[in-house]
Amino acid sequence: MRPFDYQRAERLEHASQLTRPEGGRSIAGGTNLLDLMKLQVETPDTLVDISRLPMAGIEDTDDGGLRIGALASNTATAVHPRVKADYPVLARAILAGATQQLRNKATTGGNLCQRTRCYYFTQINQPCNKREPGSGCGAIDGIARIHAILGTSDQCIATYPGDMAVALAALDATVEIAGEGERTRRVPVRDFHCLPGDTPWRDNVLEDGEIITGVTLPAPVGGTQIYRKVRERSSYAFALVSVAAIVEMDGDLISRADLAFGGVAHKPWHDPRLSDHLVGSVPSAELFDKAADILLDTAQGYGENDFKIPLARRTLSAVLAHATGTKI
Amino acid sequence: MTAKLKQDEPDTRNILDTMKQGVIGKPIPRVEGLAKVTGTATYAAEYKIDGCLEGVMIQAPFAKGTVTAIDTDALLAMPGVVAVIEDPRQTARAAQGTANEAPVQEPMTVTYYGQPVALVVAETFEDARNAAAQAKLTYDIEQVGSFDPQDVEAEVQEDSATRQGDLAHAVKTAAHAIDTTIHTEGHASAAMEPHGSIAEWDGRNLTVYASLQMLNYNITELADSLDLEEDRVRLVSRYVGGGFGSKLGVSEDVVAASLAAMQLNRPVRVVMTRQQVFQTVMRRSESAQRFRFAADSEGTLSGFGHEARVSNLPQESFAEPVLQSSDFLYKGENRLLELEVARIHRMTAGSVRAPGEAIGMPALEIAMDMLAEKAGVDPVELRIRNIPDKHPANGKPFSSHKLEEALRQGAEAFGWDGANRAPRQTRDGEWWIGTGMASAARVHNVSKAQVRVVLAADGTARVETDMTDIGTGTYTILAQVVGEMLGLETDKVLVSLGDTAFPRGSGSGGSWGAASVGSAAFVACNAVRDALCEKAGINTDDAEFKDGRLNGGKTFSDILDGTEIDRTGEYEPGDISEDYVASGFGAFFAEVRVNRFTGETRVTRMLGAFGFGRVLNEKTARSQCLGGITWSIGAALTEALLFDPKDGHVVNQDLAEYHVPVCRDVPDCEVIMVDERDPAASPIQAKGIGELGMCGGAGAIANAIYNACGARVLTLPMTPDRVIAAMPD
Ligand SMILES: Cc1cc2nc3c(=O)[nH]c(=O)nc-3n(C[C@H](O)[C@H](O)[C@H](O)COP(=O)(O)OP(=O)(O)OC[C@H]3O[C@@H](n4cnc5c(N)ncnc54)[C@H](O)[C@@H]3O)c2cc1C
Ligand code: SF4
Repeated sequence: MRPFDYQRAERLEHASQLTRPEGGRSIAGGTNLLDLMKLQVETPDTLVDISRLPMAGIEDTDDGGLRIGALASNTATAVHPRVKADYPVLARAILAGATQQLRNKATTGGNLCQRTRCYYFTQINQPCNKREPGSGCGAIDGIARIHAILGTSDQCIATYPGDMAVALAALDATVEIAGEGERTRRVPVRDFHCLPGDTPWRDNVLEDGEIITGVTLPAPVGGTQIYRKVRERSSYAFALVSVAAIVEMDGDLISRADLAFGGVAHKPWHDPRLSDHLVGSVPSAELFDKAADILLDTAQGYGENDFKIPLARRTLSAVLAHATGTKI
Repeated sequence: MTAKLKQDEPDTRNILDTMKQGVIGKPIPRVEGLAKVTGTATYAAEYKIDGCLEGVMIQAPFAKGTVTAIDTDALLAMPGVVAVIEDPRQTARAAQGTANEAPVQEPMTVTYYGQPVALVVAETFEDARNAAAQAKLTYDIEQVGSFDPQDVEAEVQEDSATRQGDLAHAVKTAAHAIDTTIHTEGHASAAMEPHGSIAEWDGRNLTVYASLQMLNYNITELADSLDLEEDRVRLVSRYVGGGFGSKLGVSEDVVAASLAAMQLNRPVRVVMTRQQVFQTVMRRSESAQRFRFAADSEGTLSGFGHEARVSNLPQESFAEPVLQSSDFLYKGENRLLELEVARIHRMTAGSVRAPGEAIGMPALEIAMDMLAEKAGVDPVELRIRNIPDKHPANGKPFSSHKLEEALRQGAEAFGWDGANRAPRQTRDGEWWIGTGMASAARVHNVSKAQVRVVLAADGTARVETDMTDIGTGTYTILAQVVGEMLGLETDKVLVSLGDTAFPRGSGSGGSWGAASVGSAAFVACNAVRDALCEKAGINTDDAEFKDGRLNGGKTFSDILDGTEIDRTGEYEPGDISEDYVASGFGAFFAEVRVNRFTGETRVTRMLGAFGFGRVLNEKTARSQCLGGITWSIGAALTEALLFDPKDGHVVNQDLAEYHVPVCRDVPDCEVIMVDERDPAASPIQAKGIGELGMCGGAGAIANAIYNACGARVLTLPMTPDRVIAAMPD
């Protein structure tokens, strides 16, 4: 860890001001940032402690939805009565992540912004275009076991590793972002994270000085809500593949299928074609298989992670079978 | 005074059983447990020493070549940096267990990625770490063809080979034959406490607080590294936060801290970062193991072949001894056992948690399961049928053999049904459920050891040895052996360990600690008993030591009358280790659930039945077994060191990415201790325990996966991708 200045943000504008210059960095729970600072992957000049800003609340919104403050802890969100009742996929996704101790510290904003677990990203003497633009990608010809199969580029094949945001993508939640002055903007979670393209250093759309203030969930939609996380170790491990699903039936037909995938891309992966394909159809093994064909039509493995392609297919089938009560 | 015992004959007197105190074998909680859970047990790097500097090792960012220069001026100009220690005496890689001489030095000659080449010393750890990371090295890299052990030449270890009869012919003509190859990936010891040391130099004598398992060897290794006389070196390791083999030999941090302290005349602490531990500490070799069996129609073996390939750096003598128990476990007059070592530039391979059997036994037991299926025999029955009555190659007798009892007791307690073993019989929703079993075996080792026992004037006892307690319970079991022999409750016995100022114990490794130092303590206690009886004017054979009194009369303190009795006991295994085959045996039974979509496997029940001679403490023995079973689960399902194919570095360098089992992976496990006294194993009839608990367990899990879903996974760990790939659809 390198020496840094520590500033406690008293107000939101203050936080925004302090994080605008390069080298200013906000810290919330610190569970991700501190680890990376110890490894010198992150070397901020100024650490801006936003943890005392009044952004930990969880409130109902006028349209029947729910607003989760950026500083609400993952634990507080997962046990919130309305989250458990109306957005169980979110509670399940959060509880599938990390450990109790980490979830007690982890925040909504920090979780959205957590960085990739790519092995080469965290080892500063290895090439990594994300950490050091232009240095190359260690993973592409290296060990890519935990890497992406969708939306990769020849510069970076990292994944967004988190669980919570996958559920938020399925729920079509919106990220609230405060910028300079009074400016706030709202970005759908589905558009919040970037694909690596030729700017692999960009994880998400946040600009310097922008602070996440909260996440809003639309009015509840009901349905069967599943978060399915596949991993070799049963806890304290990131997803190899995960699926967040909100599925509803109308008689024999699927009437809703909002799906998002973790562990497969640089962002929680949402493909609108899946819903188009599934809604209005009678669930069956063939239908699910076709859904997987659509999901994976551009999938590409990098050796060690080739298994994620069949694994994503199988997990999707399992989830859809479960959600629709179909025997396959 | 030193009393000595060199054991050449089995000792069937079972003297400990004739004692009256009744503390031996009791499930007494670990005496240092409270200190550990309250954070008051001081580990090596935690000693508060005024003026202590912090050192961090500079590592080579390539696998093979030579560092020709380090830009020390630039480093010295960095904030907080006090010195850069470049010294040809620095260790390039840690000593192998029991090496007893300086490990490989000349650190600038690099043979693996991440090799420490020098040390940056600074006022703070962060400054030292930053400087080490920024160090500019000039070097010549030699290209490494491949880091994959399957791609390179390998040489057969002739000294461990067995070639008897004609295996190929036996296989060709057998009623049932097996020819299969099983792969296992490398493991890290993954001890919780990283390697760390503090060295203090007073101009003449060196004291090092270090996290080491075998001080009796480590002191020689360190003194030899530094060209110092041994009596000028003192090592202290009172508590060790897990070793698992990774702290057997003197390690890079110990030598680096010592060199720095001697050069700078200030105390220096060197603690490896977690990443350095994963990158530089010894690995368990991956393995490729081919099994060829020939059996008659009943499954009785006439041919047994186990040929394995493991790897290590060039020149390293250690070869993961995967054949160790295959040597004697099962019948088969036509035998072929060969171990070959591929030379590759991954970091040193050495002892990690039950070297050899930890991966050899699971692989063997998968192959045996395949034979049981082919021959249509209950897998438990197949094992029993193939137990030889003496060593199948050299004809030596077994010292004691509890495999059959362990198999039978285990099967009964588990509710094993061996009649119908066809896979895919039980399903619960998405989950296939199945059971599997495996034998356990781990050779028994003992070593020379000394322990000092003092019966103090107040009638309490002190016990001293440089033996370590690496979390296994040594403090406690020594108090029990001495308490039993001298007729004292364990709270009247103060055990001090982990300091080379004390007599030389055996060190902790190869599960030999309890039997070795326990025997030395036993020898010392016999001498103390004789001396006290002499003072009391009675014959030792007529004496009963109990509750601090002799024959229920005078207290020890009264008899001692202000004096004390001070005896050192020395135990040494003599011809006995040559004359007998001594081993722990056991059986594992597992129940698993395998998800038919995702291939995820969860162990839902696990039982181990083990025979390891006398149980010195039921609780610590059971804990050792539970630890072994937990490692079995790790080896079966999650643990694998991953190496970058381009430069050979370890990519999963921390406990978030190197997956040891977490609580949720480990079900309630049952442990059965088979009653045994092994008279040829040690004079206290005890054998090694710790490692046995993982020698085969992963095989039981593999066989349960097959029984559950029909996936015969031939590479460990059996991660979801491998299970899916092997699953019949
Ligand atoms: C061993 C381990 C295992 C884990 N396993 C999982 C898992 O299985 N699944 C999972 O989802 N997660 C997992 N996590 C990650 C964990 O969820 C994140 O570390 C946590 O959510 C980050 O939240 P934080 O508040 O601590 O963020 P911090 O560490 O404080 O910040 C992280 C980043 O977010 C930025 N940031 C924080 N708040 C804001 C804001 N309001 N506006 C703008 N930027 C902000 C910071 O500048 C920083 O760059 C694991 C973590 C560890 C260490
Ligand atoms: S995958 Fe991305 S994060 Fe990983 S090494 Fe390549 S560029 Fe860096």
